[in-house]
Amino acid sequence: MGTVGTIFRRELAGYFTTPVAYVFIVIFLVMAGALTFYVGGFFERGQADLQAFFGFHAWLYLFLIPALSMRLWAEERKSGTIELFLTLPVTIPQAVIGKFLAAWAFTGIALVLTFPFWLTVDYLGQPDNGVILASYVGSFLMAGGFLAIGAAVSAVTKSQVIAFVIAAAISFLFIATGTQIVLGPIVEWLPGRVIEAISSLSFLTHFASIQRGVLDLSDVVYFLSVMVLFLFANTVLIELKKAD
Amino acid sequence: MTHLIEIEGIAKSFGAIEAVRGISFTVDRGEVLGFLGPNGAGKSTTMKMIAGFLVPDAGRATICGHDVVSDGLEARRRLGYLPEGAPAYPDMTAGSFLKFVAQIRGYRGAEARARVDAAVERVELGAVLRQPIETLSKGFKRRVGLAQALLHDPEVLILDEPTDGLDPNQKFHVRALIASMAKDKAIIISTHILEEVDAVCTRAMVIANGKILADGTPGQLEARSRFHHAIYLRGAAPLPDAVRAELAQLAGVQGIEDADRFGDTGVHILPREGADLIPDVRRVLERHRVAIDEFRVERGRLDGVFRDITMSPEL
Repeated sequence: MGTVGTIFRRELAGYFTTPVAYVFIVIFLVMAGALTFYVGGFFERGQADLQAFFGFHAWLYLFLIPALSMRLWAEERKSGTIELFLTLPVTIPQAVIGKFLAAWAFTGIALVLTFPFWLTVDYLGQPDNGVILASYVGSFLMAGGFLAIGAAVSAVTKSQVIAFVIAAAISFLFIATGTQIVLGPIVEWLPGRVIEAISSLSFLTHFASIQRGVLDLSDVVYFLSVMVLFLFANTVLIELKKAD
Repeated sequence: MTHLIEIEGIAKSFGAIEAVRGISFTVDRGEVLGFLGPNGAGKSTTMKMIAGFLVPDAGRATICGHDVVSDGLEARRRLGYLPEGAPAYPDMTAGSFLKFVAQIRGYRGAEARARVDAAVERVELGAVLRQPIETLSKGFKRRVGLAQALLHDPEVLILDEPTDGLDPNQKFHVRALIASMAKDKAIIISTHILEEVDAVCTRAMVIANGKILADGTPGQLEARSRFHHAIYLRGAAPLPDAVRAELAQLAGVQGIEDADRFGDTGVHILPREGADLIPDVRRVLERHRVAIDEFRVERGRLDGVFRDITMSPEL
């Protein structure tokens, strides 16, 4: 773990030596707030919960997480540091995991900084804190899923713009399979089992079930599998294309 | 398994381009091998393969007996590598970057600090340790890259253009540094600067078109020059034609050429294979009482040899 830990610390510190961390956190908090209060109708709902807040996380992550993940490998490629990094005594899985964990920890920090929302509902009423905690965990897992997708995409290109656009597109697919965008046209003529299978591919479906306050093992396993799958892809892609 | 670096028939193609076409050689402790060759000759590709960054299409490379592909981690532990252009994380300060490399190499706490301090001292980096690498001059960036490669005192050093972008004083310093480490390491450097080969290398290898075209000591390379043991002669006045004609008649002389440097009135007297021209030439000059400003025996010109080798038609 020593090597992964060293990579993790360097990467995480890297966010804070550049404006990336501050811009990301501020935009994340402002957007989360705006969506919760103006679009989600936090006060109008008149309920002491954070549904209005968590409901937008998938859409917020859809473009904020690719902005975070796009640089993970594309920047190393562009600046040539990948050659230095991978000729140090590190293995590619260590490099992939170290980078991913640092980015994930960073989104965790951004997520923790939304605590004033919780303070607000806790002050205004008696929310079910178990549900809120489960939702936070679910949101964190979902962020990890988006990040793993973005990291794998970033591994194949030198261009951060391309990494962003493709990661956002793939992430959108993982959201859309749980919405009317995909389900609407097919719900009439495909058997229920298939519809269910397609919708169970969606981050939204699993996040929604966690948001109800039940941290079901299958949902946790789902998000962890997405992460493992894409991190594995990330490792293979770097192995194959590191020098391109 | 006595060679620190062993290369056996490594080859690499990029699409239709054969960058390296089956190169084999070994480097032992105490050797400084200079890779010479035009741009695109395959020098960097070869170095990247030895460093384990590129996987060869064919052949194998070992560092201290560890295969760079199948046992890459162990090979990379014993290697200090300066990639082309000395890349480093631009946002990090030089100090934190070196600390990161020290930790990756497994040093902790006081030992990591001692390693970084020693490397910093060796390349004289102390003044800029707290500056972000992106704000450093090209020379300092190169030295950060060198410090990173030297940090763990590796047995094998591969330096891709270590003096590129340095001013003459810095070049001198880096060459002295390489020479001082040469005794107990195997070192490969690549360079465009031919005088560098003379200054630090114990062995030079000319690579062009992905093949080794020459391999020998710098002296052996120089001996391939037409100017090897030629006499350079500059009189107080241009040489009289009669003297010139008589010199050209000498048994060991192959020909006389005007010096090709702008404004130089001297001539080169080129010898036939192995001929010693000094006594004969002096006799002619003394007989004609020619006043001489400069008289020297050339060792040979690497640039000419380099051109002859790399531009030869069979390529």
